[in-house]
Amino acid sequence: MRNEWKGFNGGNWQECVDVRDFIRQNYKPYEGDEQFLCGPTCRTQMLKEKLDKLFEEEQKRGGVLDIDTETITSLTNYPAGYLDKENELIVGLQTDKPLKRGINPFGGIKMTREACRAYGYELSEKAEEQFLYRTTHNDGVFRAYTDEIKTARHCGIITGLPDAYGRGRIIGDYRRVALYGVDYLIECKREDKRLAGQGVMLQDNIRLLEELFQQINFLGKLKEMAALYGYDISRPASNAREAVQWLYFAYLGAIKEQNGAAMSLGRVSTFLDIYFERDMENGTLTETDAQELMDDFAMKLRMARHLRTPEYNELFAGDPMWITEALGGMGEDGRTLVTKNTYRMLNTLYNLGALAEPNLTVLWSKDLPAPFKRFTAKVSCDTNAIQYENDDIMRPAGFGDDYGIACCVSAMRIGKDMQLFGARANLAKLLLLSLNGGRDERTGQQVAPVSPSYEGEVLDYDKVTASLDFYRTWLAKTYVSAMNIIHYMHDKYAYEKTQMALHDTNVHRFMAFGAAGLSVLADSLSAIKYAKVKPIRNEDGLITDFITEGEFPTYGNDDDRADSIAMEQAELFINELRKNPTYKDAEHTLSILTITSNVVYGKKTGATPDGRKAGEPFAPGANPMHNREKNGALASLNSVAKLSYDLCRDGISNTFSIVPEALAHNAEEKYRNLVSVLDGYFAQNAHHLNVNVLSRNMLVDAMEHPEKYPNLTIRVSGYAVNFHKLAKNQQKEVISRTFHVAM
Amino acid sequence: MTNAKINIYSSETMGRISSFQSLGAVDGPGLRCVVFLQGCPLRCIYCHNPETWHPEGGEEMTASELFRKIDKYGSYIKANGGVTISGGEPLMQARFVISLLKKLKENGYHTALDTSGMGDLKEAETLLGYCDLVICDLKFTDSEDYKKYCGGDAERVFEFLKLTEKMQNELWVRQVIVPGINDSAKRVKKLREAAYKYSNLSKIELLPFRKICMHKYESAGIEFKLRNTEECTAEKLSELQLTVEGKKS
Repeated sequence: MRNEWKGFNGGNWQECVDVRDFIRQNYKPYEGDEQFLCGPTCRTQMLKEKLDKLFEEEQKRGGVLDIDTETITSLTNYPAGYLDKENELIVGLQTDKPLKRGINPFGGIKMTREACRAYGYELSEKAEEQFLYRTTHNDGVFRAYTDEIKTARHCGIITGLPDAYGRGRIIGDYRRVALYGVDYLIECKREDKRLAGQGVMLQDNIRLLEELFQQINFLGKLKEMAALYGYDISRPASNAREAVQWLYFAYLGAIKEQNGAAMSLGRVSTFLDIYFERDMENGTLTETDAQELMDDFAMKLRMARHLRTPEYNELFAGDPMWITEALGGMGEDGRTLVTKNTYRMLNTLYNLGALAEPNLTVLWSKDLPAPFKRFTAKVSCDTNAIQYENDDIMRPAGFGDDYGIACCVSAMRIGKDMQLFGARANLAKLLLLSLNGGRDERTGQQVAPVSPSYEGEVLDYDKVTASLDFYRTWLAKTYVSAMNIIHYMHDKYAYEKTQMALHDTNVHRFMAFGAAGLSVLADSLSAIKYAKVKPIRNEDGLITDFITEGEFPTYGNDDDRADSIAMEQAELFINELRKNPTYKDAEHTLSILTITSNVVYGKKTGATPDGRKAGEPFAPGANPMHNREKNGALASLNSVAKLSYDLCRDGISNTFSIVPEALAHNAEEKYRNLVSVLDGYFAQNAHHLNVNVLSRNMLVDAMEHPEKYPNLTIRVSGYAVNFHKLAKNQQKEVISRTFHVAM
Repeated sequence: MTNAKINIYSSETMGRISSFQSLGAVDGPGLRCVVFLQGCPLRCIYCHNPETWHPEGGEEMTASELFRKIDKYGSYIKANGGVTISGGEPLMQARFVISLLKKLKENGYHTALDTSGMGDLKEAETLLGYCDLVICDLKFTDSEDYKKYCGGDAERVFEFLKLTEKMQNELWVRQVIVPGINDSAKRVKKLREAAYKYSNLSKIELLPFRKICMHKYESAGIEFKLRNTEECTAEKLSELQLTVEGKKS
């Protein structure tokens, strides 16, 4: 056995890359409570103060502290950077200074140029020149986009496509670097390349050979990057501190290379616990030391930044990175995957204060240890910084017990699955388009194939849904085509070399589609079915508004009449998507998730038959529309729980806000009741829940007096955000949402 | 009919429901569904549910329909919580409530009755047999006040409380604290005295008078007599709560 592995139980993990086996053979489940946790050390507090000052300065300068407009980001292009060289336990920054942003034009030079300008900088001539004769991902995509795709994109029926920056949503298995060291990983990839070279050379394996060449090349660069900081990561990590450092270097390499929207961390806490336990047994690490390492690690993650344009921020508000870390869950052998280090990761929220990153995600199971359930509920009540996802439905869905969450709600087996991400289609707008014979209800522009506009004074459910079927087919084909072009070009011009080097060579691919406006569509169809909806036409015969008379059931009240419409529409959409073949034969998946694009989507969508006015925001994710819930919080949860995870394998996001007093009078009861909410919701095979325990009044006050709540963190759609980093219209939208109160 | 005993508590018994709250966490222990029934014999001056007063309002439903509606929340409320029947005054629809509670008990739910205690004692006795917890709002201990501010007879409440003792229901006693009416230590001590007479008492809970219900009165065109009374502050309430628990004199 290698020296670095002394004290570990052996297994298949020693024969090949198999991190899951290493974890199973070595981890110690922890079923106790949080009493063992330590507060921050003086060193941690000192670093935190330093960092808080930088955060403050960053906010003061409009959200960006500094930009290096000269140096194209890559693993080795910047000298070593530090927050505090003498005092940091874990080192490594994306550029040479904390919070300074690099430029990454590989996805698209235009976006980089505009992003620099938005913050008062100018992209350097040097950078412009370097990309003068280089094709970016964005160039490639627009060379191939059809007019139809461009129009669909422009009018906002398909939005947020990653065609001008990195696609993200790929999670490298960063643990491999710590467990095996880079040299062994290179050795394995060389062997894979040798094997791939044995067949007849055709496009698929020619491409694979080139990709493997790049992967090996970048594993070499990863070693060079670590060497800049004085570390040799060619060998495995030999103790806890090295394990955290090696793992972080791997993640750092990925975010230096790629600026994907979501750059998730994976599932590292329990893996690291094994190193912590070994050092503690050897007497070389105390609990205080262990927490200090996790606090330092979390601080590094909190410093991760990408340079974005204001338009991007509208879709993905608050400067998020989605450094999603999946916590807890159960093993397939019935043991919990909660360890002491799972607690330590959550404890960083207390030691460093609540903050949006990393995006801590608890994998909930009915079988989680009771003290852990209670602790997570406490963390939710205290910080509003964590989210919950249903391990009991993901584990048996083929993801097993070593999956992570990309972005907000997308499960992927670590190092074995990857996804081709592609934003979302606007289903509410699809309804309006289909009533108007393929014309955009806002401009009258012909967006989709021509057909007769809806005739008649009252909307008839069967006629409307038939027309919807016709245009859904068009939308699915256009959407899949756009995605295929994007991912073909991304592989060609901005392939994720570091991250894919930390995957198995033969990965399973998902193509992750999304839908926005599901609740608006469901309520609108319900209005057409159960009330009387009269279309109002403008002088060009374009239907631009509706008069809705009478009552109709709405989604969010546990009323099957409305909920079944939402269920059916989700199913129809994924089925239609599946009819179109995907690039690299990726498996089609669908998410009901909006991030903060529900505001932009609303802006781009005319009035709808449910009574929503033109331009009004949609509800986020799979949430029911605001303030239409009449039967209280659990009824709303039950409606969302009906959406099928089998059909929406890329996740179903639900954000739940409740005022503290409605949850119980005292703290312990609050935790217990929140656990009951989570247990009850997930027992019905629901997928995801963002939990906010706060009052609307506090948010209103925070909007008016930001200085009183500098670190106010809230969960939006699948991630947490500092409230003050949201634009005013987004803050208002959050405030307008349903807050469940006591009756 | 061969069977002489007719089931008057059939699951097809009709009731009138004012509203249904799927998540109530402050009317009884744990996470609960709360059913607000229609109709009330009292007219408490501070009532926050005036829409429940009239016995003819609300939505009609059979006990089994309502049970099915509640049962959809079993996964949340069974382990640590239950169902609270509130109002209005649930004893006004005792037969309906009995049918519902019976069904809830058969299916393993913890049941609570949130009541003023104003009702037919004979029916109440049967009802209490299916009830785990009684939350009784002892609005005023003084019978003159009770008459003046609620339009009812306090003696009937004490008789009801005796019945809960006999039936061995767990008992919580509540009172709404209205500034200027019953917010003195002296009044609260009297409440303590009155409540502790019952051996089944497990908790006294003071609630603050609030005015969030004003808009309901306005839209119904009913005068809200306490319009100019101040809301009870959290500080005052916790101070009186200590007094009522005997932790402060």
